[in-house]
Amino acid sequence: MSTVFIALQANEETRPIIEAIQLDNPQAVVERQPAMVKINAPGRLIVRKATIEEQIGRAYDLQELQINLITLSGNVDEDDEALTLHWNA
Amino acid sequence: MPVAALKEYIGVPRDSVDKFLGQQLVYVSRDHHLLFASAFLTCVPPQMKFREFVEGPLKTLIQPDPDAEKVDWTKVQWLKSNQPWQPQFNLSLKENGIEHKDQIRFQTPGLNTLSAA
Amino acid sequence: METKVAKKKLGLKDRYKLLTRDLGWEPSYHTKDEVFPYVKYEGIKIHDWEKWEDPFRLTMDAYWKYQAEKERKFYAIIDAHTQNNGHLNLTDARYLSALKLFLQAISPGEYAAGKGFARVGREFGGVGTQVACQMQALDEIRHAQTQIHAMSNYNRYYNGFHSFADQRDRMWYTSVPRSFFDDAMSAGPFEFMIAIGFSFEYVLTNLLFVPFMSGAAYNGDMATVTFGFSAQSDEARHMTLGLECIKFMLEQDPANTPIVQAWIDKWFWRGFRVLGLVSAMMDYMLPKRVMSWREAWNIYGVENGGALFTDLARYGIRIPKHWDDAEKAVDHMSHQFMLALYQWNFGTCFHTWIPPEPDMEWLSSKYPNTFDKYYRPRWEHLKKLAKEGKPFKNFGLAKLCQTCQLPIIFTEPDDPTMSCHREVDYKGNKYHFCSDGCQHIFENEPEKYVQAWLPMPALFQEPLKGDLGAWMNWTSLIDGKDNGDYVGSQDERNFQQWRGLATTNT
Repeated sequence: MSTVFIALQANEETRPIIEAIQLDNPQAVVERQPAMVKINAPGRLIVRKATIEEQIGRAYDLQELQINLITLSGNVDEDDEALTLHWNA
Repeated sequence: MPVAALKEYIGVPRDSVDKFLGQQLVYVSRDHHLLFASAFLTCVPPQMKFREFVEGPLKTLIQPDPDAEKVDWTKVQWLKSNQPWQPQFNLSLKENGIEHKDQIRFQTPGLNTLSAA
Repeated sequence: METKVAKKKLGLKDRYKLLTRDLGWEPSYHTKDEVFPYVKYEGIKIHDWEKWEDPFRLTMDAYWKYQAEKERKFYAIIDAHTQNNGHLNLTDARYLSALKLFLQAISPGEYAAGKGFARVGREFGGVGTQVACQMQALDEIRHAQTQIHAMSNYNRYYNGFHSFADQRDRMWYTSVPRSFFDDAMSAGPFEFMIAIGFSFEYVLTNLLFVPFMSGAAYNGDMATVTFGFSAQSDEARHMTLGLECIKFMLEQDPANTPIVQAWIDKWFWRGFRVLGLVSAMMDYMLPKRVMSWREAWNIYGVENGGALFTDLARYGIRIPKHWDDAEKAVDHMSHQFMLALYQWNFGTCFHTWIPPEPDMEWLSSKYPNTFDKYYRPRWEHLKKLAKEGKPFKNFGLAKLCQTCQLPIIFTEPDDPTMSCHREVDYKGNKYHFCSDGCQHIFENEPEKYVQAWLPMPALFQEPLKGDLGAWMNWTSLIDGKDNGDYVGSQDERNFQQWRGLATTNT
């Protein structure tokens, strides 16, 4: 199965977001590189607004992710509740 | 294939021979001698004798290679446009059929100090 | 007093609908063909522009908000970098060569991409596509500006940064990215999208920004990390736009598939050649390295590109034509580039050097099948020549590829000891190429590429007539300061002296 990934800047804003992604995607593998964190997952990865809000203790707009996003791979779908990355096949 | 375009599309070459003030470009390289990152670009008059081309620009340019001194120029194998070819040293580049932007290669089998076998 | 009724906030999908599609209108006093004259001539058939949608559903109001936030973060770090003599935190001033190359060769490309997206944002028929392209045009201009601004701090202290804008049009190595963007901008809007939005952004920019910027962090260059990651946060959106546009074209009409495939073949190879410069930056110019070019290629080329083309196979798209040649080149190209830059360093606006022994060992461990066998012997010979006081300068100049404009420094895909020679006769003139990929691109559109302005042949034409000194003046290259070996350079002396002042009291 093809790997999807999302990479975020390593900073205080993204620490709880990365934790939320790990909670929602137990199959994901977190790679820590200088100044960035890359999260790989087989076939599919989901970033949920509700889980991030639980981690940071405030309301969160998923589009805030744009600020710290470095790169991603896979077909994207975003609505109010979740950002999904996936490869077909 | 033609360029996709809304009207007729014709390109004008930027480096045709008329732009070189009576001279022409000749590319020359020695096979398997990659200390030199690319074929040499020389800009020389077409009336230059092939011998002058070898004794002048070519020998000067290949000098930094450790195999430079060992070349026996009577035994060198030549290629032009990637085909075996025999130049006449006493004739000019033009008389040897060397056109603008021709690529000349030469081979010196057995000499490969810096090249992996 | 009235009780305020909290207005329900619009959902993302509704907001996207209102702030993109609903901004469009049906023209009534001109035909659609007159308003959008360039969407048909490339042969791409579009039946329903409404089918295109930005999967991030980013609207202009949100765009400004988040871009402003990115700028604030960026300038906070740039200010701190300037105020704290951030340039002295670099691992080594050798690193600056990578930045100089970036400023001369890549930042002007961002600006060109900005112009290109502004144009296609006008030329495309659908509102969703227009809005996304206009956002990308603004992004690209922001990237050029933030990069230039961040690197202007280095220009106060170091050579080689001062004339990037002139050099973009005049230097032999900057003509490579320039021709890449000119080629894309002089194509139609759909080909432009495949060139920049898909091949460059999706398939290749990860290789440029991600490991390289992480490398900047590793080398203490917070200014570059910041502009790099700030730009890259937009790239995620650009890559998504590129992928969505390609899926849109493929879904609209099966007749689009062969046209799109031919563009993918062309632009993958064009992009691979342009990014070749980055291989030398990663393997040779970063004093501390996060990963080798080969390792980055495995992650972002093989693995990620492979996933992408597997996904697109359902539309009948296959892996780009010259992919195998690229794979074969990966273990060679950084060495070929750095050896070339070294021997022509009198004509560059940055420094090069012979890799010190620990670097050679690293290269040998990262390239076990190629470095010791093919490239170390050349470096050792160059070291010997330098020691004898005759450092090698190749005044032969180079044969350039008519398509990618790089010096033809590449070898046969299956014989690393043999230069790649390819030539074509067209209308009585000869043209030379670095590879089958570049030759095929030429043969598909010869009328386009015969017009290439090749800097090395141009040196022998009016008005320079072969005068190297006049050429240096014309390119604003200051001989003896901007160029040459790093060892013994003013940059090296200054960096060591200032760093000494910063860390001691004497």
